Amino acid sequence: MNSKPNIAASTSMGVGGLLEFEKPLARIQNDIDEMQREQGETDRDVATDVRQQKTRYKATLKRLYASLTPWETVLVARHPKRPLSTDYLRMIFRDFAELHGDRLFGDDPAMITGFARLRGHKVMFIGHNKGKDVKERIKCNFGCAHPEGYRKALQKMKLAEKYGVPVVCLIDTQGAYPGVGAEERGIGYAIATNLMEMSRLRTPVVCVVIGEGGSGGALGIAVGDRVAMFQNSFYSVISPEGCAAILWKSAEQRKHAAEALRLTASDLLKFNIISEIVPEPLGGAHRDPEAAAANLEKFLNTSLNSLKRMTLTNLIRRRQEKIRHFGNFFDDPASVKQPAKATARAASRASRLGRTLTRTRTRNVTA
Amino acid sequence: MTKVDKSGVPAGLWSRCEGCGHMLYEKEVADAHFVCPECDHHRRLDARARVRQLADPDSFEEFATDLTPTDPLHFKDRITYKDRLKREQSRTGEVEAVIVGRAFIRGRAVILGVMNPSFIMASMGAVVGEKITRSIERAIEENLPLVLVTASGGARMQEGMISLMQMAKTSAALARLDDSGGLYIVVATDPTTAGVAASFASLGDVIIAEPHAMIGFAGPRVIANTINAELPDEFQTAEFMLEHGFVDRIVHRSDLRREVARIIDYCGK
Ligand SMILES: [Zn+2]
Repeated sequence: MNSKPNIAASTSMGVGGLLEFEKPLARIQNDIDEMQREQGETDRDVATDVRQQKTRYKATLKRLYASLTPWETVLVARHPKRPLSTDYLRMIFRDFAELHGDRLFGDDPAMITGFARLRGHKVMFIGHNKGKDVKERIKCNFGCAHPEGYRKALQKMKLAEKYGVPVVCLIDTQGAYPGVGAEERGIGYAIATNLMEMSRLRTPVVCVVIGEGGSGGALGIAVGDRVAMFQNSFYSVISPEGCAAILWKSAEQRKHAAEALRLTASDLLKFNIISEIVPEPLGGAHRDPEAAAANLEKFLNTSLNSLKRMTLTNLIRRRQEKIRHFGNFFDDPASVKQPAKATARAASRASRLGRTLTRTRTRNVTA
Repeated sequence: MTKVDKSGVPAGLWSRCEGCGHMLYEKEVADAHFVCPECDHHRRLDARARVRQLADPDSFEEFATDLTPTDPLHFKDRITYKDRLKREQSRTGEVEAVIVGRAFIRGRAVILGVMNPSFIMASMGAVVGEKITRSIERAIEENLPLVLVTASGGARMQEGMISLMQMAKTSAALARLDDSGGLYIVVATDPTTAGVAASFASLGDVIIAEPHAMIGFAGPRVIANTINAELPDEFQTAEFMLEHGFVDRIVHRSDLRREVARIIDYCGK
């Protein structure tokens, strides 16, 4: 489900690029600024006071970020200064050879694809592009891709598969673009095809939600062997605003919706929907993009190293198995009663397909 | 006991067609598979009525009947998800929004899955995704054609990301069906939208749609809001999807059995 592309984050910005919930920091920053002004005017030595206030600033930042509410996480993930896929491309990838063509309709600037190098790895880089400035943001629809964007991504993944190049997907979108052209050109079919093809792509696929993981538009490039999230990113079936409007009949209830949807990285790790959380520097990736990039680089490098060691058959089998158990949260008395029969059936199916698939293990989850 | 509505017509016996507004004798509409004899409006069917219409009499052997939804997120909006489920279950007599089974269509054995638009708009949560996936796997195991009658408002919000993941799960299972050479026919009915339109409902080897069924990804209001303009006529209908190349055939409900059987015969081994 989609919500209208917007620059919601900008409306929540307060003084000095601080978010609403960061107000305590503004007061401390004001104090520091005042002391430094005073220093210039009166020659009084304020170095100790400033140092004290800076310590206080850091402690407050730590406290605020140690207990972000889901809604605050959404705000951080949408922070206008948060590093984008193009920033990571610049910071940790080298020798980027952008490839534009989807071979069908046109180039979608909301999706960036091409060969790149990450440490010792050749990779196919795929990433949503939200745009750095207003002009670019409008051009690429704030990172909301059209069908041609998803088809371009798949076309490049197939190219990577042909030459055994691993795929790296960086996810950062409010959702697929909700427009007439998108429907005319089959946005549903484009996303569905990516889900199907990525599940059997014969090369390693590593996906990281770096900011916003908006519904089907995010999932359309987020099926892989490893799916991770940055610590303060979020991933949701619908935007908190959209959910609030439908279920509470009031967009004002977005904070409640953000809580109810369980969209944070730590919640999704508990539900086994992601496999790892990539840590962010104190106060979020936007406060120290280089540090965030270093963490991302480390995660990607480690993942690629271990995935490249696996045989392709094993890789695809494990990917399929993992996807098979996605969100298996239901009661199934039958499968508990007949485990032997289920295993036998799974084994026969596996031998026919050359893939093992265990019968659904039912979990009664009280998360 | 018959309730009488504002127009003074006893409910149950007569109803007003949503398509043309004609007053219709319910029995006559039921005999015509709930298609309006005046304007051809295809009324939404609940899953059991669809099975009766599509499968050979008494041929449907349902499986995966024990799967019941839980409330993994402990979701609560204005009411709790648990209460919403209970309410829907008692209202519809169904446990969830899809039924799957083995059936015959004009003598041809198939695996048949039917979504139920009257159960939380057939939104897809963990159980719906699992039952669809099991029907795909059953089609692979038994080497039978798979026929899914789709209708859905999309992913089920109350199950959050667990719902979104059902899109990946069903699509990945369809990759295995495709690898095994199995036939998959989609019958898209009103409404086939959002997360279901962006997963298994779009992946059929052959995609049939009922006339005027709403088929699309994004909600029309969201789109109208984005483009700040009126939407084109027939937007996101079966006819629109056919015109743009995403549906193969539009088939009148009374011809569905024959058409599905015909495709199966062409793709038969
Ligand atoms: Zn009518």
